[in-house]
Amino acid sequence: MNLFLILISSSLVSNVVLSRFLGICPFLGVSKKTDTAFGMGLAVLFVITIATAVTYSINEIFLKPTGIFKIDLTYLQTIVFILVIAALVQFVEMFLKKYIVSLYESLGVYLPLITTNCAVLGVALSVVEEYTFVEAICYGVGTSIGFLISIVLLASIRERNEYNDIPESFKGMPITLITAGLMAITFFGFSGMVK
Amino acid sequence: MNESIKNKGFANCFTNGLIFENPTFVLMLGMCPTLAVTTSLSNAIGMGLSTTAVLVMSNLFISLLRKIIPDRVRIPSYIVIVATLVTIVQLLLEAYFPDLYESLGIYIPLIVVNCIILGRAEAFASKNTVIDSIADGLGMGLGFSIAISCIAIVRELLGAGDVFGYSIIPDEFNISIFVLAPGAFFVLAFLTALQNKLKIRKDSSGTVMGCNLDCKNCEICVGNDKLKVENTVSTDALQNKKEEK
Repeated sequence: MNLFLILISSSLVSNVVLSRFLGICPFLGVSKKTDTAFGMGLAVLFVITIATAVTYSINEIFLKPTGIFKIDLTYLQTIVFILVIAALVQFVEMFLKKYIVSLYESLGVYLPLITTNCAVLGVALSVVEEYTFVEAICYGVGTSIGFLISIVLLASIRERNEYNDIPESFKGMPITLITAGLMAITFFGFSGMVK
Repeated sequence: MNESIKNKGFANCFTNGLIFENPTFVLMLGMCPTLAVTTSLSNAIGMGLSTTAVLVMSNLFISLLRKIIPDRVRIPSYIVIVATLVTIVQLLLEAYFPDLYESLGIYIPLIVVNCIILGRAEAFASKNTVIDSIADGLGMGLGFSIAISCIAIVRELLGAGDVFGYSIIPDEFNISIFVLAPGAFFVLAFLTALQNKLKIRKDSSGTVMGCNLDCKNCEICVGNDKLKVENTVSTDALQNKKEEK
């Protein structure tokens, strides 16, 4: 499959948050301000890309029947992947803290929160079957770009919503959910772009 | 956990999760499956019961092991326990309910990262007795099941005109957006707004909490002591904390 098509379809057509409902927690929780939302988006991009590469390789080398153990261990995927992701996030955080301090300072707070972002595990689990290594990475990057776009958009809209006159019972979560719903309708416009 | 609720026996722990701290409507945890699998009632019930099973078992094991697991590695230990249980549930569903397994798809393994499970492990099971933890898991799990079933009934009825496959509203009157992705957001928005409305009326004298969107899982799974969980962290408090850091 064309890499560009994978990128477009994973970022826009089947947007990770708005049509596949992965990573709703940070999407709703860290979207109060645009710059924090952007930081979160970047951190997700960073982690998903690395996590996809690592989990894909682990699956190929250890878990598949064609791997070094010659037995089918794919039923261990969930356990192995979540542990790898959790360890990876810790490791990335330590690495950035030591070597790339400026990046650490801009992403730092959001990095640990990503362990439980279901988008990371979701991507890792859904690419292992049908894609090659390069396509899988491309899918991961596309997915996280989709996440970045939608969380920044939502944050910008929420900042505007602050000044609007919203009915008392709709303040807070309900209006945010409605905003997200309208965004999801908008993203339907992309369906049909890629078959 | 409210101090008043602590150590108050099976029934209290049970109703606490079922009603007063309902994970979906009150705590706003586990939003991903809430929105994703509520396209039909049967999916929602399947998801709810699978989550309940995992939650009860994980609370049981974590409560049993709470004195053995060292504090520093507790989060990875919880994750291993939960992931093992989820894998068991996944294999059972694949064997005995292949249709449900097909339609829930990737959301079954994603029970591992469901905020509710690790949230309860950290906030309740690691501090309470086995019996209380089972009650809490049962209450929380059934609270979650009932909540997502409510959402699923609304979506299925408005979107497809069916409930449990029985046609109720003729096809011409279906609003298909409700079974599509945006419908999930709208239904949840209106249900929480309704709940806010009732809450405002009930305690019009006191301060209105609104909906606490405390993505608790985030702090919990981190195992970061600085972001230690408080049960009533509102979004603002969460944001403030992050900024302080």
